[in-house]
Amino acid sequence: MKRRNFVQASLALGSLSSLSLVGCATTAPIPAKAKVVVIGGGYGGATAAKYVRMLSNYQIDVVLVEPNDAFISCPISNLVIGGSKTMGDISTPYDKLRSNHGVIQARDRAVDIDRGKKTVTLAGGATIGYDKLIVSPGVDMMWSSVEGLKDASAAGQILQAWKAGPETLALRKQLEAMPDGGVYAIAVPLAPYRCPPGPYERASQVASYFKKAKPKSKVLILDANPDVTSKGPLFKKFWAENYAGMLEFRGNHKAIAVDAKTKTVKFETADDVKADVLNVLPNMSAGTIAMQAGLANANGRWCNVNYQTFESTAAKDIHVIGDSVLAAPAMPKSGHMANSHGKVVAAAVVAQLSGLEVNPRPLLTNTCYSFVNDKLVVHVASVHQYDATEKTYKTVPGSGGVSTAPNELEGVYAMNWAQNIWADSLL
Amino acid sequence: MRFKTSLAVLLLGGLAATSVLAQDAARLHQRALAATCANCHGTDGRTVQGSAVPSLAGMPKEYMIQQMKAFQNGTRPATVMHQLAKGLTDEQIESTAAYFATLKR
Repeated sequence: MKRRNFVQASLALGSLSSLSLVGCATTAPIPAKAKVVVIGGGYGGATAAKYVRMLSNYQIDVVLVEPNDAFISCPISNLVIGGSKTMGDISTPYDKLRSNHGVIQARDRAVDIDRGKKTVTLAGGATIGYDKLIVSPGVDMMWSSVEGLKDASAAGQILQAWKAGPETLALRKQLEAMPDGGVYAIAVPLAPYRCPPGPYERASQVASYFKKAKPKSKVLILDANPDVTSKGPLFKKFWAENYAGMLEFRGNHKAIAVDAKTKTVKFETADDVKADVLNVLPNMSAGTIAMQAGLANANGRWCNVNYQTFESTAAKDIHVIGDSVLAAPAMPKSGHMANSHGKVVAAAVVAQLSGLEVNPRPLLTNTCYSFVNDKLVVHVASVHQYDATEKTYKTVPGSGGVSTAPNELEGVYAMNWAQNIWADSLL
Repeated sequence: MRFKTSLAVLLLGGLAATSVLAQDAARLHQRALAATCANCHGTDGRTVQGSAVPSLAGMPKEYMIQQMKAFQNGTRPATVMHQLAKGLTDEQIESTAAYFATLKR
């Protein structure tokens, strides 16, 4: 750690006058009040917490509410499922946010937001007051969209593994236990959902594993959308050339029910499908706390924000970022995009708390790499400029695009991207 | 004469105070813009050790502007940067390059 940062961190800690005596001996006390409270330590929230500290020259105190002691990345997690990476490869502890930047982590879950009193209540009972609240809770699974899925999921029979963590490893173990000649099926919900190319990358990873270890097995993509929703031509070409006879894509397959006993998925307008390993993704919505706090004011599912500041249109001084936000046109729900949101919101909150003009032209970027096997990669990139007249982000004409073909060089860059964005968000 | 000097000092002082505020906002916006590079090029343009993606901290301003132009017009081949560079205006490139040039490597 840099000495300067340590001094600044110590100063920040010292400036928190009223420390409540909650939390056990192994965790730091949770302050009763902070200028900025961030809920959720994913790509969005961790980045926002770090950048509020940095952009305020370490003058604004930040509490990050996050129950886990390490961040586990969704990007690259499909490679754990494919067997070429480990959980350790995709995990980064949260402690550097404190030692390098003075972000105080409340190791707990937020269960309530009181907009009037401007407080957040944690599961453990503590409350933290805020001047500005940044909510970055990711997505929630809408279990009711697929009958029987909630119970099958709770029992570990039908997994999602769409939030990297224990389920990532559990799905890997199911694939390892599956006999050669078996079928893995992934059901994809209607867009929008977290990580548009994620299901296709995952199917590619499973096919890559099967090709080496279980060559008689099959991969089925059962997609509620009519066609591959991201990098379609690149994925389909690679599948045809490398996984022919093994991987099959079926569009217009909207899953409506599962039967865990018979390992069957039922669809709105297609025949039932049985598989040995079922990976069923339901519809997704804004994360729990955003839903509970009434911030999901776009069809009760996503959160409307002022895109210049990411302040909720439902509540003053509460900002929402990441996957929970109702996306502007062509804005993906991705880790890179959430990190970009985190910086725009950090700059806006620092400006507002310092009486400075808010950036009139914030800019967002997105770069998303997908592995089609354990080495070859394709990307999609975009640049999103805030348009003050239309109050939304627009992709800059002529910018952005995809790879010409899967290639190894981008495999190297993809891993470098991961290491750099993990450091940018968490170290 | 002395009065005039004092007035000038006062005026300059006043201007300076105003420009500090303006500078703060401009500097904040510049840092936020430069942060859009950090996802791949590291916080404040410093990548993790051993990264194939170059660090931007301490890169001479003119060199960075040149490279961004070369990405834009295709004279420097790239996997991703030619697509991202086209999303930035000349003003944004200039501001970003100026920022990274002020940082230590």
